[in-house]
Amino acid sequence: MRMTYREALRTALTEALSADPRVFLMGEDVGRYGGAYAASKGLLEQFGPDRVRDTPLSESAFVGAGIGAALGGMRPIVEVMTVNFSLLALDQVVNSAATLRHMSGGQLSVPLVVRMATGGGRQVAAQHSHSLEGWYAHVPGIRVVAPATAHDARWMLPAALREPDPVFIFEHAMLYPEEGEVGEEPGPLPLFAAAIRRPGRDVTVIAHGGSVGKALAAAEQLATEGIEAEVLDLRSLRPLDDATILESVRRCHRAVVVDEGWRSGSLSAEIASRISEGAFFELDAPVARVCSAEVPIPYPKHLEDTALPQPDGICAAVRGVLQPAQAAGAKA
Amino acid sequence: MATREAPPLPKTPAASGAIDAATARSWLGQMLLIRRFEEKAAELYSAGKIRGFLHLSIGEEAVSVAAIAALTEADNIVSTYREHGHALARGLPPGAVMAELYGKANGASRGRGGSMHIFDVGRRFYGGNAIVAGGLPLAVGLALADRLRPRPAITACFFGDGAVAEGEFHESLNLASLWKLPVLFLCENNYYAMGTALDRHQAETDISLKGGAYRVPSVAVDGMDVMATASAVRAAAEQVRSGAGPFLLECRTYRFRAHSMYDPELYRSKEEVEQWKRRDPIALFRARLEGGGILAAAAIEALDREARAVTDQAVAFAEAGEWEPVADLLKDVYARELPCG
Repeated sequence: MRMTYREALRTALTEALSADPRVFLMGEDVGRYGGAYAASKGLLEQFGPDRVRDTPLSESAFVGAGIGAALGGMRPIVEVMTVNFSLLALDQVVNSAATLRHMSGGQLSVPLVVRMATGGGRQVAAQHSHSLEGWYAHVPGIRVVAPATAHDARWMLPAALREPDPVFIFEHAMLYPEEGEVGEEPGPLPLFAAAIRRPGRDVTVIAHGGSVGKALAAAEQLATEGIEAEVLDLRSLRPLDDATILESVRRCHRAVVVDEGWRSGSLSAEIASRISEGAFFELDAPVARVCSAEVPIPYPKHLEDTALPQPDGICAAVRGVLQPAQAAGAKA
Repeated sequence: MATREAPPLPKTPAASGAIDAATARSWLGQMLLIRRFEEKAAELYSAGKIRGFLHLSIGEEAVSVAAIAALTEADNIVSTYREHGHALARGLPPGAVMAELYGKANGASRGRGGSMHIFDVGRRFYGGNAIVAGGLPLAVGLALADRLRPRPAITACFFGDGAVAEGEFHESLNLASLWKLPVLFLCENNYYAMGTALDRHQAETDISLKGGAYRVPSVAVDGMDVMATASAVRAAAEQVRSGAGPFLLECRTYRFRAHSMYDPELYRSKEEVEQWKRRDPIALFRARLEGGGILAAAAIEALDREARAVTDQAVAFAEAGEWEPVADLLKDVYARELPCG
C-alpha cells in the first residue's frame, strides 16, 4: 500500500510498541509534540507516558539511559531529533554503546535502536543540515542503516529491534513527506544488504538515504542520452555490503559514489577505496565521487542547492567516467 | 610544590559505636583485602606484570565497603576506572580481578578491559567506566529498566568529584529526579579531579549542595569513617528503595597514592597527604574495634594475614591464566559476525 515515509515509520513504531512490552520510545518531543518530524504522532495517547517518554534536551543522558535500559533487559528506541544534536551524545555512543560487549569480554549486550534525522535541503542552515552518518559508520561495535524508501522505513525498524547490538537508523529529513509503496511483508532483503534500485549496465551509481532519489532522477536523465546507470542503494552503512557493491561494479566497470557527507575522510572515500581494493582490474575508469561542498551548509536556497549533491552533478560525474580519457585530459 | 590548606571534613556526626563482631570482621576483612590487593598490584606494576593505567583506591576503602554493604544482590552497580575496591567488595573473585589487571583470558572481562574495565554481569557489576561521568546516564537507564519491567532493585552509581564538572552529572541527576528513578548517586569526593583540586574546578565546592537544583536529596558523610558511611548509605539506599526517587550521597575521602602509577604529585603537598593519612580508614576502624573490645588485636592480625593470602592466591590465579588467542581479537565486537565491517 502507498504511504509516506513518516507514516511508514509510525506504523513500524506502533507495531513495535504493540508487539513487545520491552520496547519503549524516548526522545525530545516524541510524546506530546508528536515528534519533531511527526513520526510518533498519536503514540503517547495510544501507549501512555511510560512507553512514549518525552525527555529533557539532554542528549547524553537519554542516549546513555537508552544504553543502560538495554543493559537492563529493555528494547529502547531512542529518537534524537537530528544528527547535529546527536554529537552531544557521541561519548555514550562511541565510549559505551560500541565498547561494552567487547570490553566486558562478551558479557554485556546493548540491544538499542537509535533513530535520528540527517541531511540538508530544507534551508535550515549549518547546525541543522549536516550528514554525519559516515562518522557513525566508522565505529566498530554499532550498526548503521539508512532507509531510503518508505518500505525500508517501515521494515528496517523491526529488523533493527531484533539485533542484539546497537543499531543507528538515519532518516533523511527530506524523505519524511515522500510517498512510496510499502509491502505487507519485509521482503527477502536482510537488514544489512544493499539493494539494486534500478538495474543498468554502463555505470554503478552508489548512494544512500536522501541521495538515492537523486541518483534515480539522474539515471532517468541519463537514459534519455542512452546511458544505462545502475543505482545501488547501500541501505546499510556499517557493515557495507561489499559483495553487492563489487558485483555491480565488476559488471558495469565504472562507479560513481554519491554521498551527502563531505568528501574528505568520508563514507564515499571508504567505498571508493573498497572498489579499488576489490575490483581495480575490472574498472574502465577511476571511481568518481559526488559529495557535499566542503562548507557548513548555508541557508540561502541557491547556495544550499549548490552545496548538496544534485542530479545534474551526478549526471556530469557519470558522463565523466564514461569518457575517462577526455576527462583526464581536460583536467591536465 | 603547591601548598594548600587541607580540605574541610564534613560536619556529619560520628557513627554510634554499635557494631557486631561478624559485621566488623566482614568490613575490616574487605578493607584489608582491598588494601593488600592494591599494594600488591602496585608492586606487580613495577615488576611489569601490569601495564597501562592502574588507579589505586588506597585510602578510599571505607567507601567501597560501606556502600556495597548496603546493597542487595539484585541491585545494580555502575563504577568508575578506580574500581578494584568496588569489585572486591561486590564479591568478584579476587583472582578474576587480578587476572583482569594482568590482561589474561581468565580475567573478569577476559582481559579485554584491564584495570579500568572490570565487569561481572552475574553480580550486576556494570563496570569499570573510564570516561569521567560516563557511567551516570547508564545508571539512570538501568534504573529505568527496573522501573519499567518492573524489578524491585536500585542502582548504585559511583563517580568522583571530577565528574561533577561534566554535563552528564547534571543531566543524569535531573533525569533521574524528573522520572523518580531508583538511583543512588555515590560521589567519592577525594578532592582531586586527577591533579586539579576541587576548589580549582568547582565554584561551589560543597558537592552535596548540587543535588538541590534537581530536587535530589543530598547528604555529605565522612568517607574515612566506615561506620558513619555505612549508616549514611543505608539510610540513603532505603529512601531510594522506598520509591522516593534518587539520592546523592557525597562521601568525603582521600586517595593516599598517585592518581595513576606515574604521577609526581606536584599538585598537593606531602603535609596534606600526611594529614589525611592520620585518618586512614583502616587504622581508624581498627582502633575503634580494638578499643571497643569488638575485635581483639590477634583477630585483626588474622584478618590481615588472610587478606595477604587471598591476594597471593589471586596473583597465582592470574599468573596461571592464559592469554586470549590472537584469533579471538574480533570476537564480541558484535554478537554475531557478518561478512564485512
